[in-house]
Amino acid sequence: MGRKLLTEHVNVEGIETFEVYRKHGGYRAVEKALKTMTPDEVVDEVKKSGLRGRGGAGFPTGLKWSFLAKPEGVPRYLVCNADESEPGTFKDRYLMSKLPHLLIEGMIAGSYALGARTSYIYIRGELLYVLRILEKAIAEAYAAGFLGENILGSGYSLDLHVHPGAGAYICGEETALLESLEGKRGNPRNKPPFPAVQGLYARPTVVNNVESIASVVPILNEGGDEYAKLGVGKSTGTKLFSACGHLNKPGIYELELGVPVEEFIYSDEYCGGIWKGRELKAVVAGGSSVPILPKELILKTAAGENRLMTYESLSDGGFVTGTMLGSGGFIAMDETTCIVKNTWNFSRFYHHESCGQCSPCREGTGWLEKVLHRLEHGHGSMHDIDLVVSVAKQIEGNTICPLGEAAAWPVAAAVRHFRDEFEWHVKHPREATQPGAVYQGAGVLA
Amino acid sequence: MAKITFDGIEVEVPDGTTILNAARKIGGGVVPPAMCYYTPLKGSGGKCRACLVRVAAGSAKDPRPMPKLVASCITPVQDGMVVENTTSQQVLDVRKGIVEMLLINHPLDCPVCDQAGECDLQNFAFEHGVSTTRYEEERRTFEKIDIGPYVQLHMTRCILCYRCVYTADQLTDGRVHGVLGRGDASEIGTYIDKVIDNDFSGNVIDVCPVGALTDKTFRFKQRVWFTKPMNAHRECSHEKCNGHVTLWYKGKDVMRVTARKDEYGEVKEWICNECRFDKKETADWVLEGPAHVDRSSVISQGHYELPVVNPQIIADLPESTIRDLQQNPPLKLGGLNG
Repeated sequence: MGRKLLTEHVNVEGIETFEVYRKHGGYRAVEKALKTMTPDEVVDEVKKSGLRGRGGAGFPTGLKWSFLAKPEGVPRYLVCNADESEPGTFKDRYLMSKLPHLLIEGMIAGSYALGARTSYIYIRGELLYVLRILEKAIAEAYAAGFLGENILGSGYSLDLHVHPGAGAYICGEETALLESLEGKRGNPRNKPPFPAVQGLYARPTVVNNVESIASVVPILNEGGDEYAKLGVGKSTGTKLFSACGHLNKPGIYELELGVPVEEFIYSDEYCGGIWKGRELKAVVAGGSSVPILPKELILKTAAGENRLMTYESLSDGGFVTGTMLGSGGFIAMDETTCIVKNTWNFSRFYHHESCGQCSPCREGTGWLEKVLHRLEHGHGSMHDIDLVVSVAKQIEGNTICPLGEAAAWPVAAAVRHFRDEFEWHVKHPREATQPGAVYQGAGVLA
Repeated sequence: MAKITFDGIEVEVPDGTTILNAARKIGGGVVPPAMCYYTPLKGSGGKCRACLVRVAAGSAKDPRPMPKLVASCITPVQDGMVVENTTSQQVLDVRKGIVEMLLINHPLDCPVCDQAGECDLQNFAFEHGVSTTRYEEERRTFEKIDIGPYVQLHMTRCILCYRCVYTADQLTDGRVHGVLGRGDASEIGTYIDKVIDNDFSGNVIDVCPVGALTDKTFRFKQRVWFTKPMNAHRECSHEKCNGHVTLWYKGKDVMRVTARKDEYGEVKEWICNECRFDKKETADWVLEGPAHVDRSSVISQGHYELPVVNPQIIADLPESTIRDLQQNPPLKLGGLNG
């Protein structure tokens, strides 16, 4: 097993308390940053590390930090996006509930680098128990002098608040999150202006994923250059993957980026293969909004190379034969999975979670769901298969925020790679609607 | 100042102007349609996606094209920007798709809708849409709701442009009008039973691009194309209202009163409820002359004519009205009812 930077001490008894965390090398990064480094040096270190955003988009974190507008006399904010609600992704919940102080330490270092005096953790409303863990940990950090006025005598002061959302997926979009944090309805904002210029309370703001912020801690401890040596190419460091679905050993795995997908699924060190001795059928590699790939394409790229767990390798071949690393929600499906039903299920989720602000997404997600419902329940026609692709195309790229794309990509990809299965549902509605019936390959159609 | 090329036409506008407003400076057929953007309402725009355009070159400094289509109503111009609207097939195709999306949950019963004839969605669909629909499922429907004594809300027709929300928010004190629910279940709410009762609530009727918010004192009294719009004014006692309105005549009766709108359907001066709902006699008003109606509008089919007025009033007419009269040859001297 490769190196673990984030979850090294996760199984230590009492690691969620300040005392034990400190004993295992906790808050070293904050001490190092506040005592020996200027804020710009911290930003440079993160830039050198090549850390890419762990929330899904994969934008380089250091670059994002350097874009922050810094007008004189105006407060700036660092906001942690802990509104993890993507189906299939549960890595942040794990990280926060097991290692709350790691996030807090990252928040202090990040806030120091950005010059923020008040920072927020916006946590998903359903994770009430994690909220309590974080609040307890924050109280401990205040008591130990790592938060509040004049931290470690450095003259730098920081207040950290946790704010729960109310259960809307859309509030994970950074501008909707800021609206929600301001106490408004969580509708995504029009961009520009971007949060780096006008974010929370119209002040310059950086919004980062939990894992991105937590990764700042090992980057400062090890040094950016050392961190960049891990991984492959532009995918540096380690990343948490939440493996779920039909696997022998689903769970959270911290991988050095670059592990082959085949090894990740089948090696006993990781997921241990597909459960009940069945065959792998398809994989959604980065949370429900990234394109689904069939077994042949997830294990090997179209060019026949081994696919690796990196940003570049997973997106090799674009959307024609590739997918995205996304947020690391790795959903494996065995041969008994009905792709049509699964696509309808994802579509139902996005229909339910569309905020309703812009017309392509508001109307299109509902339309997709209805047509897919029809196909799944044996009332569809061949024309409907083309219709969902066309509707998905009308949504994609024409919306205010990425939820439109998140709703459109899985549908388009499912039809692209599993069209025969959709056609089987149309041609054999009676068989397809039997409980447990699954398309068994070309033989049935013939 | 920034110089941009819009559909091959060069135009120079002040920095910070949006692409849409730059196009409106050119005017005519190149102007992108706008279903949610409303110049007087701060924060409006970006929602309906009807005004999407392609930016073929971002600016003189960075001439790369923008990766996605952008909403022209909220995107500011950059010097050297090249924008394609009617010259881009991609934009036209996407716009067709937007029409389709807006119409899937909107009833297609224009003949019985009170807004027909002055409906932005009707015009938009006529100009940019296709004549068939691919949507077979049930449409979402709502009960009609009375909000206050003058306004009726029929959510079934609403396209969620948020204009009325911004109007209620920015024009009146105390917000009682917002959006409830999410996705295609969202609806315009009036906070449980709190109705809008303030002096400017009637303006939400004028800003509504469709027949979702209608004037209860006018509903189904008359088709709009049978009425003749007249500009008029009165001394209004309300401090924020200057009493400049359009009266809609049928015969000698004032059927309704609205604020004056410009060629893009935007209200320039808000009017109070007293002017709108209570002053429906010709004697209450000083007539200025026929309101200009675009020749392409169905309302202009009535060929209303210039009323017989004394020369002193003609001398007092605002310059814009005189210009309108000169530019519209069908106007000729005659009786009020022509």
